[in-house]
Amino acid sequence: MVEFSIWDILRNLLMAARWTVTLSLIAFIGGGLVGLMLLVARLSKVRGVERAVGAYVQVFQGTPLLMQLFLAYFGIALFGIKTSPWTAAAVALTLYTSAYLTEIWRGCVASIPKGQWEAAQSLALNFAEQLRHVVLPQALRIAVPPTVGFLVQVIKGTALASVIGFVELTKAGSMISNATFQPFLVYACVALLYFALCFPVSLVAQSLERKLHANRR
Amino acid sequence: MLIQLDFSAVLASWPLLVRGVVWTIGLTIVGTVLGLLLGTACAWARARNLGHRPAPLRWAVASYVELVRNTPFIVQLFFLFFGLPALGLKLSPEFASALAMVINLGAYSAEIIRAGIEATPRGQIEAAHSLALTPGQTFRRVVLPPALQKVWPAMVSQIIIVMLGSAVCGQISTPELSYAANLISSNTFRAFEAFILATAVYLLLSMATRRLLMWMGARFLVGR
Repeated sequence: MVEFSIWDILRNLLMAARWTVTLSLIAFIGGGLVGLMLLVARLSKVRGVERAVGAYVQVFQGTPLLMQLFLAYFGIALFGIKTSPWTAAAVALTLYTSAYLTEIWRGCVASIPKGQWEAAQSLALNFAEQLRHVVLPQALRIAVPPTVGFLVQVIKGTALASVIGFVELTKAGSMISNATFQPFLVYACVALLYFALCFPVSLVAQSLERKLHANRR
Repeated sequence: MLIQLDFSAVLASWPLLVRGVVWTIGLTIVGTVLGLLLGTACAWARARNLGHRPAPLRWAVASYVELVRNTPFIVQLFFLFFGLPALGLKLSPEFASALAMVINLGAYSAEIIRAGIEATPRGQIEAAHSLALTPGQTFRRVVLPPALQKVWPAMVSQIIIVMLGSAVCGQISTPELSYAANLISSNTFRAFEAFILATAVYLLLSMATRRLLMWMGARFLVGR
């Protein structure tokens, strides 16, 4: 048995937390890009696309993230591509994030008055111009608080990547707790580190929301 | 390149899947009922329009809610299952899972219900006072029913999130649906088939749960 002081535990957990942060950022940025494409596809009113995106959202919101991770892990391998927990986690979390973000943003776009679309149309702007110059800038303002709020869900979601063997904060916690036989201390530290990551983001999201509503009043 | 999917071996282990579904549903029911009770109590303690509560109580409830909402469910579960025995409190996997779900939903529903309570018009509470209702009666009969009615759609989504989150409980060998999928996958070596089947069942479960709960909301919250 290795002797671990509390300082050793914290240092090792902090090293692992880097991977939690990296994975969160990849999922959030990748998911944002995919989500934006899905949003545009949905708004373009091409026949069938709206329904397909709706089904995509329902599948990702209606199944456990853990199952999505397993499916990505075993599914990519099925195509004969050598996969690692790292790629599987990045792919699954990106798709998961994209489904939620596209749904959040759809709500924001839907809250833009129809007259704005019509006015843009009557100025002879095409679909891309309507989106770029009229609708999205207004939707963006409303979209920021819930999007930041969702980042917390993404960070917490990365904890599940530990199950397919990706060594991030939670997995490092289990490994250290198995080595030190101090599960209470180790998992308490893990929880506090997640809290230290997520709580500031939650606070920012809350204050953004308050500001947005203050503007409206 | 040819992908061959073979569901026969996986489908042959249907009793495991059925047991898994029963456990998932059971855990969800326990988690929902007790979680909503806990959430209501916390919402009562935190709501800003129901009179003054002692500061330590408000502070304790606020820390509980924020701690749970800002840490992953899997860490909460591991803390209960692996961490607490170090203090001499040994829980069975099933009990730890149910407890974690109650604690988790309790914190989220507290915030949802609080939003509903704080949206109560002040006149309603004053009217209840002028009818000589006690604070307890006011809360149960005047404030809570319309508050729940207002936030019910958000509540339903959260209950479904907690149900889907219960997939993690298989990691501490609670025999729920994802545990069954894991077991079948290691028995048959048909991992992808086992997980896609379990995922489909989860999707059906969440769609059915949403329908059922929305119906129950319309029937018991609005139709009163």
